[in-house]
Amino acid sequence: MANTYTLIASNTLSSSAASVIFSAIPNTYTDLVLKMSVKTSSTSATGDLYVQINSATSTYSYTRIYGAGGGGYGSDRSAGDFPALYSSNVNGNSSVVTNVFANVEFYIPSYAGNKNKVASQFSAQERNDSLAYIESYAHSTDITAAISSLKIEGNGTNLVSGSSFFLYGIKNS
Amino acid sequence: MPATYEPIATTTLSTAASTITFSSIPATYTDLRVVFVGQGTFTQSALLRFNNDTGTNYSTTQLQGDGGAVYSQRQTNNNNISMVQIPNNGGTANNTFGMVFFEIFSYAGSTNKTVLGGDAGDTNGSGNINRIVGLWRNTSAINEITITTGGASTYVAGTTATLYGIKAA
Repeated sequence: MANTYTLIASNTLSSSAASVIFSAIPNTYTDLVLKMSVKTSSTSATGDLYVQINSATSTYSYTRIYGAGGGGYGSDRSAGDFPALYSSNVNGNSSVVTNVFANVEFYIPSYAGNKNKVASQFSAQERNDSLAYIESYAHSTDITAAISSLKIEGNGTNLVSGSSFFLYGIKNS
Repeated sequence: MPATYEPIATTTLSTAASTITFSSIPATYTDLRVVFVGQGTFTQSALLRFNNDTGTNYSTTQLQGDGGAVYSQRQTNNNNISMVQIPNNGGTANNTFGMVFFEIFSYAGSTNKTVLGGDAGDTNGSGNINRIVGLWRNTSAINEITITTGGASTYVAGTTATLYGIKAA
């Protein structure tokens, strides 16, 4: 039986970049998995990360649970506040996290179907400080078209050198 | 490189149904993963049972966020692994199928069976996110998995569940 968890494309940055784009994604898989080891050029300890589908600024929403160590935990929600799938608390480039990258994974089921596109996300930013986070997101959108491109970028910041991005396709037959 | 992540079976409902069953699961993998994408006739759990065991041999611990607060709950001596949810097919969720996943570790081994699971049930201003750990206190190899609403609700047509096998080598 064929292996059906297949690398579609990858990109490891040799220099800072404003974004990484996976385009011409074939519609021959069932689900997509986007994994990344990433840090932004934000001068803060943490930075935002966007994953935009098909260059669409449609309605993206999420429900999130997070833990920040100690007594810091919670759940929040956004409905239409961001122009892409949103992930907060990705590592910034401040000195405390010089050589630490965040781990982020998106699972996008039925990406080639005609339903609204949804995603499950798990990310972690352990940094040996009080600003480390662990988060899970449930994302939904009003995008019904098949996903043909994914654009990963910061919120007005760059993705720093050494950040790596991997897009996998999974077939269910 | 050997294939280590393989689809074993997939079911897409052509009409509404309350149960999806994977049977005759081979014992040749290391772990199993179920990916369920669908909708219920109301916000509905996806209850998990193994080998058609309806006894009170299951337990679940849940972490849930509803967009405003975090909760944790536990069910012990239950007759299923539960507490993940999919959206209903009304209102803003009309065209949004939720996602549920379960990973079942060492399913063919001789120890009690453990499960890690969750859902993605955001529906643009409502919905939940859940993460669960489950236990089936049975040492038999798992050869059948049933996903059910457990009640009067049904999963709508178009709901799809896929069972994958993962090999360690």
